[in-house]
Amino acid sequence: MSDRPGISVLDRPNSYIGRTVERPNARRLVQGRGAFVDDMKLPRMVHLAFCRSPYAHAEVVSIDKAEAEALPGVIRVVTMEDLKDIMTPWVGVLDHLKGIKSAEQWPLANGKVHWQGEPVAAVVATSRAIAEDAADLVMVEYNELPPVTDMMTALDPETPVIHKELGDNLCFERNVDEGDVDKAFAEAAFVAEETMRFNRHTGVTMEPRAIICDYNPADEVLTLHMAVQCPHMSKNLYAKHLGLDENKVRVICKDVGGSFGIKIHTYSDEMAAGAITVLLGRPVKFVADRLESFVTDIHARDHVVKARMAFNAEGEITALDMDDVTGIGPYSVYPRTSGIEANQVVNLTGGPYKHRNYRCRARVVFLNKNVMCQYRGVGHPIAVAIAEHLIDRGAVALGLDPVEIRHRNFIPDDAYPYTAPSGAIYERQSHHQCLDKLVEMMDYKGLRAEQAALREKGIYRGIGFVSLVEVTNPSPAFYGVGGARIASQDGCTIRLDPTGGITCITGVTEQGQGTETIVAQIAASAVGVSMDNVRVITGDTDVVPYGGGTWASRGAGIGGEAALQAGKELRKNILKVAATILQSDPEALDIRDGAIIDADTGTERMPLSELGRIAYFRGDTLPHDVQPELVVTRHFVSRGFPFVFTNAAHACHVEVDIETGMVKLLKYWVVEDCGTVINPLLVEEQTRGGVVQGLGPALFEECLYSDEGQLQNGSMADYLVPMAAEMPDIVVGHVETPTATSELGAKGVGEAGTAGAPGAVMNAINDALGSFNVSLADMPFTPEKVLRALGKV
Amino acid sequence: MSGGNAMEKTYPVTVIVNGTPMTALVPARLTLADFLRNEAELTGTHVGCEHGVCGACTVRVDGRTVRGCLTLAVQCDGAEVETIEGATEDGRIKDLQDAFIERNALQCGFCTPGFLMAADELLNDNPSPTREEIREHLSGNYCRCTGYQAIVEAVEMTAARRRGEAQ
Amino acid sequence: MKAPSFEYAKAESVDEALELLGRFGDDAKVIAGGQSLVPALNMRLAGPSALIDIGAIGELRGIKLDGAVMRIGALTRHCEIMASGEIARHVPLLAKAVPNIAHEAIRNRGTIGGSLANADPAAEWPACSLALGAVMEIAGQNGRRKVSAADFFQGYYTTAIEPDEILIAIEFPVISADYRSAFMELSRRKGDYAMVGLAAHARVSGGVFNDVRLSFFNVADRPVLAVSAAAVLEGKEMSVQAVEQAQQALGDDLDPLGDLYCSPEYKIRLARVLTGRVLSQLAAG
Repeated sequence: MSDRPGISVLDRPNSYIGRTVERPNARRLVQGRGAFVDDMKLPRMVHLAFCRSPYAHAEVVSIDKAEAEALPGVIRVVTMEDLKDIMTPWVGVLDHLKGIKSAEQWPLANGKVHWQGEPVAAVVATSRAIAEDAADLVMVEYNELPPVTDMMTALDPETPVIHKELGDNLCFERNVDEGDVDKAFAEAAFVAEETMRFNRHTGVTMEPRAIICDYNPADEVLTLHMAVQCPHMSKNLYAKHLGLDENKVRVICKDVGGSFGIKIHTYSDEMAAGAITVLLGRPVKFVADRLESFVTDIHARDHVVKARMAFNAEGEITALDMDDVTGIGPYSVYPRTSGIEANQVVNLTGGPYKHRNYRCRARVVFLNKNVMCQYRGVGHPIAVAIAEHLIDRGAVALGLDPVEIRHRNFIPDDAYPYTAPSGAIYERQSHHQCLDKLVEMMDYKGLRAEQAALREKGIYRGIGFVSLVEVTNPSPAFYGVGGARIASQDGCTIRLDPTGGITCITGVTEQGQGTETIVAQIAASAVGVSMDNVRVITGDTDVVPYGGGTWASRGAGIGGEAALQAGKELRKNILKVAATILQSDPEALDIRDGAIIDADTGTERMPLSELGRIAYFRGDTLPHDVQPELVVTRHFVSRGFPFVFTNAAHACHVEVDIETGMVKLLKYWVVEDCGTVINPLLVEEQTRGGVVQGLGPALFEECLYSDEGQLQNGSMADYLVPMAAEMPDIVVGHVETPTATSELGAKGVGEAGTAGAPGAVMNAINDALGSFNVSLADMPFTPEKVLRALGKV
Repeated sequence: MSGGNAMEKTYPVTVIVNGTPMTALVPARLTLADFLRNEAELTGTHVGCEHGVCGACTVRVDGRTVRGCLTLAVQCDGAEVETIEGATEDGRIKDLQDAFIERNALQCGFCTPGFLMAADELLNDNPSPTREEIREHLSGNYCRCTGYQAIVEAVEMTAARRRGEAQ
Repeated sequence: MKAPSFEYAKAESVDEALELLGRFGDDAKVIAGGQSLVPALNMRLAGPSALIDIGAIGELRGIKLDGAVMRIGALTRHCEIMASGEIARHVPLLAKAVPNIAHEAIRNRGTIGGSLANADPAAEWPACSLALGAVMEIAGQNGRRKVSAADFFQGYYTTAIEPDEILIAIEFPVISADYRSAFMELSRRKGDYAMVGLAAHARVSGGVFNDVRLSFFNVADRPVLAVSAAAVLEGKEMSVQAVEQAQQALGDDLDPLGDLYCSPEYKIRLARVLTGRVLSQLAAG
């Protein structure tokens, strides 16, 4: 066989690893033949719309549903009273986030509403339009309560407590104090200090959240057609809270119109849909409309961070000290909690650098706003922006180039594996190499010369850098140890079909990022067939191996490794059968392009279709002691390190109009190291998309709340998502440092772009305006904020 | 009948959908996008915002692109409507679709039919668009996955190929 | 997000449209391109009893040069104005403004009359019509009447059109050779409504400004002519000083309200920046 010593399966002839290949599932999507949840109709299906709270905080005095129920086409109006006996509430806490607390949450208002948009009553009707007509007719009497909307005063004794039973508005607090921070600051040559704001924003998946819940009372099976990242997690939660046999809950996830961390959480309206199908015994469809999305899809970030960084005279960071407050909603989101975001800020701030003195306090507070939870990049954009802003301030003060100061501070290449003062453990990173390559790619010297020349003409351009670490390939340390039934392992089953093709069935899921493609590439390479002969099946819990799905950039690293091991094992099994048929030695044979060949000469001996024919239909011709096993399942869980960190270096080039404050993005560069690159084009496009999802909140996106807790820009027209005309070209380069935790060596790449971009654009703007002695650190950088910083408004 | 209740008044419309006349009784409030999805069962036209911003429901009416969510089905009585399914069958945009796949100009694919309809119109109006013109023309369509560059390049590539320039 | 239920009637002629408006009463609304009305319906911000569709009335369509007047039918779509060589030649301000209106698919469907009748203070056409001194032709049960742009816009989404009337056409004066137009808006993203915009029109001969009309939009409840700034510029040549004086005078002309993303002070600031940039354009020709 070809993976004898020295020849990895990755280097096999005709390997697809490292090659750009087309995505097999793309053709149906370009023809409008995808299968999104809202495209489906089921017999007797009914539609849901919700009557939602217009207030951020209020008691529900009464609900009158008579007029709504009288409307022709309305089947039922459901309130919490109707659901209490058929389901249980949930609480978003995890054991390993010490002290985290939250209140019991129900699918519909249980006497009180805690944010604008919280579902109060569900209307079931024969069409969505009628359900909406009736939702307008549900008469709810509220008694308004004072809302808690300012995270900075949420913990003050005079502020009302949102959930009396919790005692205060503190959800979670974590403190780290490593080394001697005070001494380092006392001895510092320079201290950079800033209060930074990270705006609340949201995911705006193009396909809103969508679910069809279909309960069949005869066999007590609940089928959920969902746009979701983690089918098995949903299976568990619906069974648990509806009191159903988990074995009889099936989640089917076909095409998903973008997720980014939105479609991974427990949503009241979706749980209500699950309860209502059980109540009615017929399929119930709920598709959030865009206005509902803005007030119910999880929001992201919302931090105020006071941070300072100490430097010695050589520009080395000697300490980092910070205080982070995160404003979440009235609940910690179930089951992943709203504490993970702040936890990541604590874990990762200053990650690339070698300082040993680190103090951090992070507090997560409840507010009467929509819930906040894990969104693409979880905590990383904050962690990256804090350190990268402060290090740039140090560079300016100490007269160092931003590239040079980073090189002086990176963890030395020979120090790995390295444990950061936060406790994060890095297997191996390539910060120096990434930054060197970045500087070369972007023609840094040329840009600086151009910047100086244009400055003479009154044109203000700036260049901003960030270096970052990114959590990928999580082990059970992420959720499993905290008691959540969220799998960090994943499995892949590969079957040789009688045609000679293979079918891969995987627990990781496709949200558009290309999971199916890379699984196919890996399986094709490992078995020895062409991509044309690979089919990949994902998303159906009745079919796929138990797995975690899509989160924390794990698809390629975890799901890919499972596919690799399954493929290798299947190849072994195939060669055993082939050796019997061909009266040869398995060691002397190999599989290439769908045929058994002589390993040494490459001569074709038998197509796989012939082997399949014999194995499946003419087993009588094989010796009695040979039982072909042409289906193999392998699982993989990352061990050795809690997470496998990737790293990257970014640079952003902007021009600031100092008359209007408008920022024009000129260009963007990324050099990323996600270990083994399975498909360069997919890696680059994940990076580009991720960068734009970081540029958006840095310049445009913000959920604007009034002091009364009203979302003021909850429509596509008012909430500004990046559009084509304003986004820059993004150049992507690679450095490959494969992880030794798996044979494949792949790390994740889906989130690193989002992690770096806000910091990079912030640094670029500050670089452009350096001569004005301003420091912008309050995202998003709207034109008005820029002009205000310049003192022109 | 989608979108209406049993008491609601309906209006007869005949819409020529991808070349085939289709007659239906529809409530006045039914949008063209919902008509196409629910009555004609052409689900390639996607609904992303229902207030005319995201562009996922872009279809052609009488030869020009429109927002399917900002057009009422009753307004389209007698009109010719083309959806992504029709444009695909026509074969006119095959090269554009191929370029989207080759360049990975789609990830989740939800916005893609709208982008293809918009890009098709651009390339008909302007066979040699600059990158800036492409970006500007496509700025009425949101994509949340790609960051747009791949889409711009797929359109640019198609234009070049149509002009006979190798790319 | 489905619209509430309403009735629908399609008019084949102006008379029929007026008759239908009379029949359905004040709660009925006229629909032209629907690009502002349908989003409002879908978001349930509007709940008319009926829509009167005037889309099939041929008389309301088309661009016609008639001596010194360019008559544009109310149903003329933005894309038709964009494609018109006659408009570009004779009323260039409109040609300069139209690419700023939303996006292609909206311009393909939206109409100039619909935009004017909707009277969004952030929209382009109201400001252009005010800058050029356009005249709106309105039809009602008692015949037709003409209203100048200055009298037409009466507040947020409010015009001189009575509930039983419809807008028929807009007449723009054809520009004479010594007049120049400039249009500029500052928006966060291409196709967005402007934070502040400026439609400008002036006679520029021998480098001297006369009859300057600076029409600002999205600064008040309707487009605003900056008369003080214009007075400052009257008879002056382009100079740093003249621009600064005009920018200063804007303080008398504009008293903007803030919105979601811009404070009143910022809007004033942008109006001044636009004034400088637009005057440079006018001076440069």
